[in-house]
This record gives sequence, structure tokens and C-alpha cells, in this order.
Amino acid sequence: MKSKYDVLVIGGGPAGALAGKTAAEKGLSALIVEKRPAIGAPVRCAEGLGKEALHEFIDPDPRWISAEMTGATMVAPDGFCMKLGSQLAGSKVGYVLDRKIFDRELVWKAAEAGADIAVKSRASSPLMENGAVKGARIEYGGKTADVRAEVVIAADGVESKFSRWCGVDTTVPVREIMSSVQYVMADIDIDEHSTVFYLGNEVAPEGYLWVFPKGKRIANVGIGISGKKSGRGHRAKDYLDRFVKKNFPDGKTIEFIPGGVSVCRPLNCTVADGLMIAGDAARVVDPLTGGGIYNAMYTGRLAAEVAAVCIGKGDVSKKALMTYDRNWRESKMGKAIERNYHIKEYLIKQPDSKLNEIIHSVSNIHMKEFTTMNLIKEIIRVNPKLVLELGALAASLR
Amino acid sequence: MLNVHRDICGYCGCCVSVCPEGALELIDAYLSVEKNCTNCGICAKICPLGALEVIDEKQV
Ligand SMILES: Cc1cc2nc3c(=O)[nH]c(=O)nc-3n(C[C@H](O)[C@H](O)[C@H](O)COP(=O)(O)OP(=O)(O)OC[C@H]3O[C@@H](n4cnc5c(N)ncnc54)[C@H](O)[C@@H]3O)c2cc1C
Ligand code: SF4
Ligand code: SF4
Repeated sequence: MKSKYDVLVIGGGPAGALAGKTAAEKGLSALIVEKRPAIGAPVRCAEGLGKEALHEFIDPDPRWISAEMTGATMVAPDGFCMKLGSQLAGSKVGYVLDRKIFDRELVWKAAEAGADIAVKSRASSPLMENGAVKGARIEYGGKTADVRAEVVIAADGVESKFSRWCGVDTTVPVREIMSSVQYVMADIDIDEHSTVFYLGNEVAPEGYLWVFPKGKRIANVGIGISGKKSGRGHRAKDYLDRFVKKNFPDGKTIEFIPGGVSVCRPLNCTVADGLMIAGDAARVVDPLTGGGIYNAMYTGRLAAEVAAVCIGKGDVSKKALMTYDRNWRESKMGKAIERNYHIKEYLIKQPDSKLNEIIHSVSNIHMKEFTTMNLIKEIIRVNPKLVLELGALAASLR
Repeated sequence: MLNVHRDICGYCGCCVSVCPEGALELIDAYLSVEKNCTNCGICAKICPLGALEVIDEKQV
């Protein structure tokens, strides 16, 4: 660890890894600090990622792909199963990753590109000068070091504190935190090539329950419920335990994973003087699916690209760094977040009877290609009344 | 006072994201509670495992 870098990245998740790698590739000196002793562990993820999304960043490698998905099943509150087979989904389904290895690979790629890495090293406060971020204090192995940087990229995940210390409010509203628990379960009867989603207020209030296969007879079985619905006796773990008891009574849990996923709108502003915020720390998770791996990699890479330009011009003011904020909001990813936020807000307000109706009607239609966008278009086509209910959202899809 | 049941906590950071005071911090595998905690109970409500509890100091 040196005392000065062009870019200091806080957090060694997908956002931080892509930020560090990209910065190094642009010829900048970069350091990634990760507070945990091991990259990627413990896992806080169901590990699902779309094929195209992955290919945009890295070629698939069997070392960190647990399973390939060719279909998906949605189970309505009344138990009705809507199957989306591979003929619908084509090749465009996805992977269930092994994130312990995947995250490590991403950080290894950053190291290979020339970035320095420090594990079990925690950023404990920002170095501030005249209101601008100039680096961070790092605690490691009982020692403290001040690391200065032109730009700090906060990629510190859902538990992000760094940007808050710099004056940015990152509080997730209670109703928009998905309080989550997941078991990696072995020896269970599943379709090893299809993900399954269970919806309904009895199963997972304002969220969903998932079974993501990781191979033959093994899967990530997890749940996310709205923080609003969580409380003593009815927490995410209570719901999951009930489901598991009923559906996989003989399954063996080989890993226990609590977690939180934000499904709020992204931060109002993701830059400040000398600071950029990426990934979960910026609250850029897809509010409908809770997926954040792609968005983390996307924003991490973009942040470093913009940092490189700004450092080159000698201007790392908030105004200059705003290019990052504008670009991700205008990107396909940014637009999908905005659109899916509306869809989520609509869906969580529906009673089970309405969810049943929607899933039944969608199962009767034939989509050429399964995407969220097509799904919504079809829902609206089958339920014209929804156009009124969805208002502006529907208009934006036409 | 906010009590952390360390034997229940799975150090996931979910609670850290909702604390309006920024009073919680996840330091790798343990959760620290700062003095500015107002005992509002939000974190205790959303913890997926029920590892947090606001307890009445008078009763301790
Ligand atoms: C139960 C669950 C299921 C999920 N399922 C999916 C899914 O199927 N598909 C999907 O796409 N997404 C999923 N997600 C979301 C996904 O895991 C995240 O969006 C993704 O990990 C975000 O990457 P990140 O780099 O922004 O943050 P993280 O991966 O959280 O990385 C942040 C890193 O920063 C480190 N850090 C934090 N503070 C500091 C500090 N002060 N100093 C040094 N280091 C620090 C942390 O230790 C951590 O390693 C799920 C999340 C949960 C909780
Ligand atoms: S949400 Fe619960 S399990 Fe997670 S870190 Fe906080 S107290 Fe621990
Ligand atoms: S009780 Fe309220 S103020 Fe205290 S740590 Fe929990 S959320 Fe923060």
C-alpha cells in the first residue's frame, strides 16, 4: 500500500473490482481496499445473472459458473405455475454463479491490470480538505495509514458508510429494503436448469421467494421481504423456514446467508468533490428483480472511465465528475431502473387475487423473447385496464 | 439501548443501510453501535434474523 494513488476504491465487490481494473487499464495508479479477509466470502447473493449481462464484462468460465439456466417458473399465490421454457427464452436466460470464485476472479483481473489490492483493510474515515474528498484513512492489522487519492470511488456495498461520512445521505427507506435470508440447500428435488420464483403475500410479502439451482439437487433457496413487513415472529427467516419445512423437509442446509437488498430509487446524486459512488452503495440495484451484480459492474467501470478523463484534465470537482452521474442515468441500465421502479411500486400494491390474475393471463400468451419489457407489454395487452393503473409507465412503453 | 445478539447476527449489513442516524457500522464480522443511536428500533424491525433488540435501560 502506497500513500498516494490516482484512484482509491473502497470495497472489493463487483463494483470495486471493475472500478480498480478499469482505472488501471486507463493507466492510473489504483488501490482497492477490502475490509474482509477474503474477497467474495461470505456470499450475500442468489448469484443469478443474465447471459448477455455477463458477456458484456467477462467470458464465461466453468470455474465460477455453478449452473446454466434454460428456463424460469413463476408460481402464483394460488399455486399455479407459469413455465417459461427455453423455446421462449432462447439462449437468453442466464447463469447461477459461484460468487466466491467469481468475485475473486474479478479482483484478480484488477490486480493483473496493475491495481494494488489490500484485504482486511478498512476505510474508517475520509480525508477531507475544503469540503473535497482527498483520500481515506485505512485501518489494517492494528495499523492506520492515510491514503491520498485524486478520486475516491465508494463501492462499499449495501452497508456503505463512506459516502455518508462525506455528507451524502444513503439511508434506505424501511419499506424499500428487502430483508433477506438464503440457504444453500443440498439433496433437494429440483429442476436443475430452471429458476423458480414464488410470489404472494403469504409466501413473501412485497418480495419474492426464489430457488436458483446450483447443480443437481442443490440450490440457493432464499427470500426477500419488504422491511415494512418484517418484525418479530414474521421475519424473512420465519417465512423461509416455513417454506423449506413444507417443500424441502429433507434438504440439508450447507450455507446460511442473511442479507439486505435496496429496492429504492438510486441516490439523488452519486458524485461529490473528489468522490464517486458505485454499485449497491449508490443504490442502483434493479428495484423489480433485486439484481445488482450487473449494475455494480456497470457503474464501477463507468466511474473509473470518467475518473480517468477528469484526472487527465486536472479537474475532479463535483461538476466535472457529474458526467458519471448523467451517463449512468441515461444508460439502458439507468432507464431500466427507473422503469422497473414503477413496475415494482405497482406490483407490491396488488392483492394476491390480482397477482393470480396477472400470472394466469401472462401464461396464455406467446412471447417471442422473454424480457421484462416484453412481459410488461404483454401484461398490459392482456389487461388493458392496467394502462390506466400504470399511468405514465404504460405510456413510456408504447 | 440497542442490544446486538452476536450469536444470532450474521453480519450482513442490512441494518446498517436503514439506520437514519448512521449509528451502525459493520466492521467485517461484528456490528458496532455508535453513541448517536436514538433507539428508534428501525434496524431491529428489519433484521432478517432478529438479532437486534431495543431494551429499556431502566430494566437492565
Ligand atoms: C440475498 C441476496 C440475493 C441477491 N441475489 C442477487 C442475484 O441473484 N443477482 C444479482 O445480480 N444480484 C443479487 N443480489 C445483489 C448483489 O449481491 C449486489 O448487488 C452486488 O453484490 C453489489 O456489488 P457491489 O460491488 O456494489 O457491493 P458488494 O458486493 O456488497 O461489495 C462491497 C464490498 O465493500 C466492502 N466494504 C464495505 N465497507 C468497506 C470499508 N469501509 N472499507 C473497505 N471495504 C468495505 C464489503 O466488505 C464488500 O466486500 C443479491 C443480494 C442479496 C443480499
Ligand atoms: S441485519 Fe441483523 S444479521 Fe444483519 S448485520 Fe444487522 S443485526 Fe446482524
Ligand atoms: S435503533 Fe435506530 S438509531 Fe439506533 S442503530 Fe437502530 S436504526 Fe439506528
